[in-house]
Amino acid sequence: MTRLKAEVKNLNFYYGDVHALKNINLPILEHHVTALIGPSGCGKSTYLRCFNRMHDLYPGKRYEGEILLQPDGVNLIGPDVDPIEIRMRISMVFQKPNPFPKSIYENVAYGLRVRGVSKRSVLDDKVEKALKDAALWEEAKDRLDDLAFNLSGGQQQRLCIARALATSPEILLFDEPTSALDPIATARIEELVNELKEQVTIIIVTHNMQQAGRISDFTAFLYLGELVEYGETKQLFTTPKEKRTEDYITGRFG
Amino acid sequence: MRDIKKIIASHKRKDALFAVLGFMALMVGLLTLLALMLDLAVDGVARLKPHFFTSFPSRFADQAGILSAWVGTCLVMFVTAATALPLGVAAGVYLEEYAPKNKLTTLIEINITNLAGVPSIVFGLMALGLFVYKFRLGQSVATAGLTLALLVLPIVITATRESIRAIPQSIREAAIALGATKWQTIVHHILPYSTGGILTGVIISLSRAIGESAPLITIGALTFIAFLPDSPVKAELPFVSFAWLKSPFTVMPIQMFNWVSRPQAEFHLNAAAAGLVLLVMTLAMNGVAIYIRHRFRKRIKW
Repeated sequence: MTRLKAEVKNLNFYYGDVHALKNINLPILEHHVTALIGPSGCGKSTYLRCFNRMHDLYPGKRYEGEILLQPDGVNLIGPDVDPIEIRMRISMVFQKPNPFPKSIYENVAYGLRVRGVSKRSVLDDKVEKALKDAALWEEAKDRLDDLAFNLSGGQQQRLCIARALATSPEILLFDEPTSALDPIATARIEELVNELKEQVTIIIVTHNMQQAGRISDFTAFLYLGELVEYGETKQLFTTPKEKRTEDYITGRFG
Repeated sequence: MRDIKKIIASHKRKDALFAVLGFMALMVGLLTLLALMLDLAVDGVARLKPHFFTSFPSRFADQAGILSAWVGTCLVMFVTAATALPLGVAAGVYLEEYAPKNKLTTLIEINITNLAGVPSIVFGLMALGLFVYKFRLGQSVATAGLTLALLVLPIVITATRESIRAIPQSIREAAIALGATKWQTIVHHILPYSTGGILTGVIISLSRAIGESAPLITIGALTFIAFLPDSPVKAELPFVSFAWLKSPFTVMPIQMFNWVSRPQAEFHLNAAAAGLVLLVMTLAMNGVAIYIRHRFRKRIKW
């Protein structure tokens, strides 16, 4: 039984005068991985950052349309919706690992602390669970007070995943999470994404089509700010309906 | 082949030539400073006995000391740091994290840079009018501390802004994405990660302020003081006292100036000794700044 976790309706996004996303309609299915692919500058990261209102940090942006978060139907980009409330429900993992220069423990606990959790036993439990979910517990359990910078790049990215998971988000956004990692670290993150979809809905931006093919259930192809095609990953990669999709996945441009 | 070798050889000669010229340029400054310190040391070291630090100035050169001067310098520096640190950091954080990027902000930024270039005596004149006459703070430790605080404020603001700007945007985004407000991001991340740079800037600015005499003479620092300000600690409740803020004062460079301007050569030795002490105080502060920077750098690498 697949349910809708979010529904994007007629989404338009502007940076100043630049019309970066053009009338996008897209369903996000609960407990599935939706991949966004497309050449650089096609708007996939811009699109992803609408989900946690990251654009609000910068001036000159404008949203139009709706992103309805189910089951309660809150419009994520509604002007009367507090972006902080949205970020409490939707977490994000960034392109480059960006741990805080704090201990491993404090990195994972930070989201909980922001939510007012201060009881040590609660924090301990949730940090342990998040690190286990991010497949980092075995490597990190004896060095929780170590600085996060002492971890390797791949471990740092898994730490960022643990940090994002600790607050039990409804949706987890990945913005090219493996572009700064080596193939082995990449494989571990991909494995992780596959395991995590049981507990959280995942949207992942990737410039790597093979990656999208390996880990996603649904794929959306964006080109020049438009949604060209959306479908089940297998279908989209084997029998694309659109000419432009076919050209892109066969490497004729992009 | 022959030609290429010639060209390379000529390029290498220029390389070597600059290395020599650059080294000489470096030595001009370094040797001058070293000679200065040696000169001070040769003249002053005989005066550096315990009683030099525990005596008030006197008519007799060999009995005179710098007690009131170093106590005054310490108190004034304390007021300066306690004022310039919160004001400068708050202004720097506001400019970097809150101020909208528009023409007004740019104008303010340019003027902060300009402020750093205003001659210190001008600050003295302003302080004389504002603190001494308008606020009636008198020719006191408080007036001196506030004057020097205004003098170093632009340096503290700039140091704060620069160390905040060194924090990658991705760290801010990480905190914001976890649901932190702007203020939480600043308190939990921006300020702790920029503390090293800010403290370094504050100490460097204080080591500039510690040698200032012009603005303090302008506001009326005395050159001969044979008493100490009230003690900040009291035996009876409430145990702390702020009477010292209103006390007249002198500072190290002014005491030096006083001794240098006397005709007797004996007093010039006192001035050299006081100069040596002031130099050591400044170098010690810079040393602390370097240590702090080193400690914070070790923990944080972006």
